[in-house]
Amino acid sequence: MAYDPTYLRGKAAIVGAVDAVSPTGALGELERDLEVRMIKEALDDAGLALSDVDALFATGMMMSSMELAEHLQINPTYTDTTMTGGSSFEVHVEHAAAAISLGLCEVAVIVYAATPRGKGGVNFMAAQMAALDKNNPPPNIEWELPYGPVSPPGNYALAASRHMAQYGTTREQLAQIAVSTREWACKNPRARYQDPIRIQDVLDAPMIASPLGKLDCCLVTDGAGALVMTSAERAKDLRKPAAYVLGVGTAHDHAMMMSQMPDICTTAGAVSGPKAFSMAGISPKDVNVLESYDSFTITVALALEDLGFCGKGEAGAFVEGGTLGPGGALPTNTNGGGLSYTHPGMYGMFLLVEAVKQIRGESTGQVDGVEIAVAHGCGGILSSTSTVVLGTGATR
Amino acid sequence: MNRLILGTSAVAEPFWEATKQQKFMLQFCTGTGKAIWYPRNFSPYDLNAGVEWREVEANGTVYAVSVMHRPGNPAMVEAVPYVVALVDLDEGVRLMSNVVNCDPDSVKVGDRVKLAWEPIAEGRHLPVFELA
Repeated sequence: MAYDPTYLRGKAAIVGAVDAVSPTGALGELERDLEVRMIKEALDDAGLALSDVDALFATGMMMSSMELAEHLQINPTYTDTTMTGGSSFEVHVEHAAAAISLGLCEVAVIVYAATPRGKGGVNFMAAQMAALDKNNPPPNIEWELPYGPVSPPGNYALAASRHMAQYGTTREQLAQIAVSTREWACKNPRARYQDPIRIQDVLDAPMIASPLGKLDCCLVTDGAGALVMTSAERAKDLRKPAAYVLGVGTAHDHAMMMSQMPDICTTAGAVSGPKAFSMAGISPKDVNVLESYDSFTITVALALEDLGFCGKGEAGAFVEGGTLGPGGALPTNTNGGGLSYTHPGMYGMFLLVEAVKQIRGESTGQVDGVEIAVAHGCGGILSSTSTVVLGTGATR
Repeated sequence: MNRLILGTSAVAEPFWEATKQQKFMLQFCTGTGKAIWYPRNFSPYDLNAGVEWREVEANGTVYAVSVMHRPGNPAMVEAVPYVVALVDLDEGVRLMSNVVNCDPDSVKVGDRVKLAWEPIAEGRHLPVFELA
């Protein structure tokens, strides 16, 4: 088959999308139990059964999809454990859409659960450190950890400092992102934080790694979610309106060495975003709602530029006055985001769940007339991005 | 406590041994002549070329800077607040380091910095920087 970068457009759809969070930040369930509950709820949401599932997507340390499938007593014929940090689930949607469109599978489940606030989870970082060869450390342990960047905020703070110096971006402008995101959280009774904040509150919060203070940083909460995907044809007959996958794009330009990022103010989103938009046949002005990874305020600022919503260096001015908040020109992170809703470690799942809710008209921060919603994941330390363009049936 | 949590890699042994004499050894691609950071057993610029170690001055310019108000390394709990910077070496590579012996909030993007050394275990040193 000849190379066709638009081949995937509209071939597959997300037909089930659920998540579990708590205003307390803690869920009180084991990760495996949460995964199973999310899969059940997502299949119910779609009107499908576990027996329909032939593809399983999971992240984790070793053979994660196999461990989960064994627990569920299912035998998938398509499996994927791609792990790109917080963007993993956008990559999973890309891979699932590709596999479905080629007839390699028909019903895919993508699942995530993490309980950093509770017990019963695997501390991946500690487990990985313990497993490392002391005579052959990974590069970041040998060349960057000795200088003590508090990870991840210290690494993102380097990007923020450079952006401020190079483009004149101010702390107040970055703070506006946290303020607008909180306004969406105030509409969401499941959000971790539901009290309004002002720019001054963000500036006055304890400094973590300059120029990022505590309210520039995402939460640490328990959380879980699952997605069900199938072909566009099968999606038509299911319980709820399908969110069609119109475009996908993935890129990465370094891993855990901040010094290796080619331009600290330009993420791989400048590649993944245009690729996804081109496949979908849209431009930034066509996007009705944006769910963009907000590990930190600077993460959103860089994404706005890289995805083309404003020029490079212009995000500070772009967000002023509440552009991203309720009633703004570009409603962004309409569930309250990683800054105020939930952030269990890899937030990309929740971007997708909220984007699907917006397509269906189910969001607590519902935007009128949504036809196109974008979920833009970012993993590592600004390292990997994956962009998913979703559309209603009318856009397919 | 050693800031090198897991020790050092075999490929970087020439680098770490030279730090005993407070010398900064940098790898260069034998094909393109470009400097390479971080040390590895091949040149990322030319997979058919080799790498060679050369002593360099390793002075540079601050590309990005952040003051840590929480420790990012268990050996640096007492050190906060301290400066983490990305430094563009004059030799053409960018690396992470600390800028020391100054008011942490005084370090700015674009500042010139010069190489300095902090002792670690076994007579070796960690390269850091001071404002030039």
